[in-house]
Amino acid sequence: MTRGRRSGALGAALRTPTGAIAALLLAALLVLALVGPLIWGHEARAIDVANMLQGGSSAHPLGTDNLGRDLLARVLVACRLSLALAVLATLVGAVIGIPWGALPVVLGRRGARFVNASIDFSVAFPSLLLAIFLAVVLGAGALAAVLALGLVSAPAFARLTQTLAASVAGSDYVAAARVLGVPRSRVLARHVLPNVAEPLILNVTLTVGYALLSIAGLSFLGLGVQPPDYDWGRLLQDGLQRIYVTPGAALGPAVAIVIAGLAFNGLGEALARAASTRPAVRKRPRRGTAATVADGAPVEDAVLDVAGLTVAFPTPDGPVTPVRGVSLAVGPGEIVGIVGESGSGKSLTALAIAQLVPAPGETAAQRLRIAGRDVRAIPAAERRRLLGTSVAMVFQDPTASLNPALRVGRQLAEVAEVHGGARRSEAMRMAVERLRTVRIPAPERRARRFPHELSGGMRQRAMIAMGLMGSPRLIIADEPTSALDVTVQQQILRLLRQVSDETGAALIFISHDMAVVAELCQRVLVMYAGRVVEELDVATLLSAPAHPYTRALLASVPEMATDRDQPLATIPGRPPEPHEVPEGCPFAPRCPLADDRCRTQLPMLRELAPGQAAACWHPQADPAPVGGIAAEGCG
Amino acid sequence: MRGSGWTANHPMLVFVARRSARLVVSLALLLVLSFAMIHLIPGDPVRAALGPRAPQSRVLALRHDLRLDEPLAKQFVDYAGNVVRGHFGTSFVSNLPVSEIIGERLPNTARLAGIAFVVILGLSLPIGMLAAILTRDGRRRGTDLAFTSVTGGLAMVPEFLLGVGLVYVFAVTLKWFPVAGQSGVSSYVLPVTSLCLGSIAALARIVRAETLKVLGEDYMRTARSKRLPARLEYLRHCLPNMLTATLTLGGLLLGGLIGGTVLVENVFAWPGLGTIITQSVAQQDYALAQAIILLLGSAVLIINFGVDLLLGTLDRRSTIRQA
Repeated sequence: MTRGRRSGALGAALRTPTGAIAALLLAALLVLALVGPLIWGHEARAIDVANMLQGGSSAHPLGTDNLGRDLLARVLVACRLSLALAVLATLVGAVIGIPWGALPVVLGRRGARFVNASIDFSVAFPSLLLAIFLAVVLGAGALAAVLALGLVSAPAFARLTQTLAASVAGSDYVAAARVLGVPRSRVLARHVLPNVAEPLILNVTLTVGYALLSIAGLSFLGLGVQPPDYDWGRLLQDGLQRIYVTPGAALGPAVAIVIAGLAFNGLGEALARAASTRPAVRKRPRRGTAATVADGAPVEDAVLDVAGLTVAFPTPDGPVTPVRGVSLAVGPGEIVGIVGESGSGKSLTALAIAQLVPAPGETAAQRLRIAGRDVRAIPAAERRRLLGTSVAMVFQDPTASLNPALRVGRQLAEVAEVHGGARRSEAMRMAVERLRTVRIPAPERRARRFPHELSGGMRQRAMIAMGLMGSPRLIIADEPTSALDVTVQQQILRLLRQVSDETGAALIFISHDMAVVAELCQRVLVMYAGRVVEELDVATLLSAPAHPYTRALLASVPEMATDRDQPLATIPGRPPEPHEVPEGCPFAPRCPLADDRCRTQLPMLRELAPGQAAACWHPQADPAPVGGIAAEGCG
Repeated sequence: MRGSGWTANHPMLVFVARRSARLVVSLALLLVLSFAMIHLIPGDPVRAALGPRAPQSRVLALRHDLRLDEPLAKQFVDYAGNVVRGHFGTSFVSNLPVSEIIGERLPNTARLAGIAFVVILGLSLPIGMLAAILTRDGRRRGTDLAFTSVTGGLAMVPEFLLGVGLVYVFAVTLKWFPVAGQSGVSSYVLPVTSLCLGSIAALARIVRAETLKVLGEDYMRTARSKRLPARLEYLRHCLPNMLTATLTLGGLLLGGLIGGTVLVENVFAWPGLGTIITQSVAQQDYALAQAIILLLGSAVLIINFGVDLLLGTLDRRSTIRQA
């Protein structure tokens, strides 16, 4: 498997233009290193005192050196030494670095800390100082340069080996090998090293390139290759003194170094990119079926009135539409739940309403009105104000949703500053007030804290307070309690309901938890595969849900009294991915009631009773097999 | 978190103390290494420096001057004492006090590196951020490609080659700037450019990658949901969060800048420490080489220390302070 992946990455790298050019250059350099001295060796040594220090001519394209030797031949011949020294230095680095970094696997935890510290220590030390040190001790020459570069690149090898080995060593198969009593050295050789080979090869490529450039630099300084030997750096040093008179003498070796550097770095970069981009899953195109829920007439005095909301993402195989034609109206003070499994499109629906779908996603709708205003028709400045003050977002993970670098108070106050034109102190006073509203204790002090200094529950309260900084007409809470402790969840739910009661703001509450939705909401939308499959009020949800999917969701809610000996009710199968939504009813493959019509014809949302609509060819009428919710009852 | 009592109440002090201890150990190690350097030279360094034909009396005199005839421990104590007092001995070659030579040249190197550092930070941050903002979420593929290829190419070309190229184009061919030496403002342009360009490219790439990462964070979505002006969204919400990673690598670049100056100074015959250190190695002027290695090495260590402290202060979640 490792082999296959490696050749895959290499192959992918070679197919990119950068990779292909770099590989060609590299091959040419290798050939030159092999045959260069054989072909031009004699010419490069031929002393011609009659033609010393000449500029470029047809006989000597780059000119001649101080003994009349042809510089082009010397540049071509120097390829072998330049490459060989770079490879040698890399070898030294790998030989020192790889065992150094692999040591923790063999030594165990305590060894790992020591190795870590030693690597940290060495990484920062500049190569040039080490090279000068070695040049003093060993005398300036190729040996000192190679050793210096080897030592300098060793920590990188060690760090890489260590990180990779640590990640591999933590993986299941190594753990299994350990449990089975395979000795550590064997674990290292058999399981760890083969899996880290690919990144190591990448690092070798980059290191050779780096060593080549660095040794050229050292030779250029007179700290590397010494006469009568010569590499590109040495030739460059000789040439630079004459750059005014015969620029070719300096530019020739300079170009050679640049080409070699480009070859190694280009290949390294192409390899890195190929390794990091995993082959994308082939997605089958799926278009058409633009049918939407019957949109009806605009709803009077609704806070939110959406019809035919669609979110599409372009893919190489055509757009996928994870949200397809959602219609939804919410009145002032109303609490509406949106439920569904993950991937049903409920979170994207929330983002689309707030016009926050990240590019390249595209939001379309037949109608999108917030607080009575057509969001897409009003001027941009007004839209920013409307969305910034009238719509409050509460996201799932308050830890990730608050800016870690800014004090809590600042994050709240800026809303009032930007949209309310409040002065700094005034806005901060308001922020403290809002923090008090959401019952954060000692709000003056907490406003000066950074988010990581608050508890998870307090962070979510602060998020809600942030939404209250404007004058919210609509609060969209996307799984606001999923990331919190159970005890805190109840407090946040109570707070949301209280805020909605007190401000008259409508609340859209998105959740996968039927019990919570039944407790908090008045009306519920059940989403499946990007569509609303059933819309009903909570009483009906508990007494007579019509859609088989709604019923299955309810049945899968465990209750305290659930018989532990019975297996938990689950819905077999999984929801379809946005790119593989079948024709017909998307729930059909998992539905016990599905027949041929379900598999071929998409059911539209139809009204079954006042306050209840379902998109199903076989809506159920009998009382539902409700799981744990009925026992708790609802408000 | 692990500590209790006093240490838990003053995490920042503990952090500073720990880093200071590390700096002191590193500096001590450097001192030992620079001292050991002369003693590690195979054979007799004095004989090697003076050449095989120098009279034995002169060799002995110099050995005595360098205190090489005293016990090793005493030599080290004397050496350390002298370093602390700023006495670095006498150059074998010019017979001038090393401290005088360094005092004359250090400001030139410091100016070059300092200007370069300011230019690097001043340009790579806006360039990288702008590139990230323009190309976020896969927008403007052309700009993306141009940015990655140009910065990739520039980051690869080492300073001394860039210097040679710049000299050829702007000094030899166009004659806009002097080829070498330090004479007025115009003489700074080419050395600073060759010192900066690669680092700007490398750092701008990092800034762009970090900015893109931050722009994808949940808290940036929160900031967007507040509909802040672009200026606030990027400068207040994005910039501080990508600064930590940028500075970590920027600190390494700054350390690397010291190596870069040595090369660039040699290209432009800049009268700084870089030109004198290569000369001193070639001429086996050990006292001078020793002092410059000690000086440049300490500079690198102190810069890294400073960057670490800065990061520890900036990084609110204090991940770096744990280590």
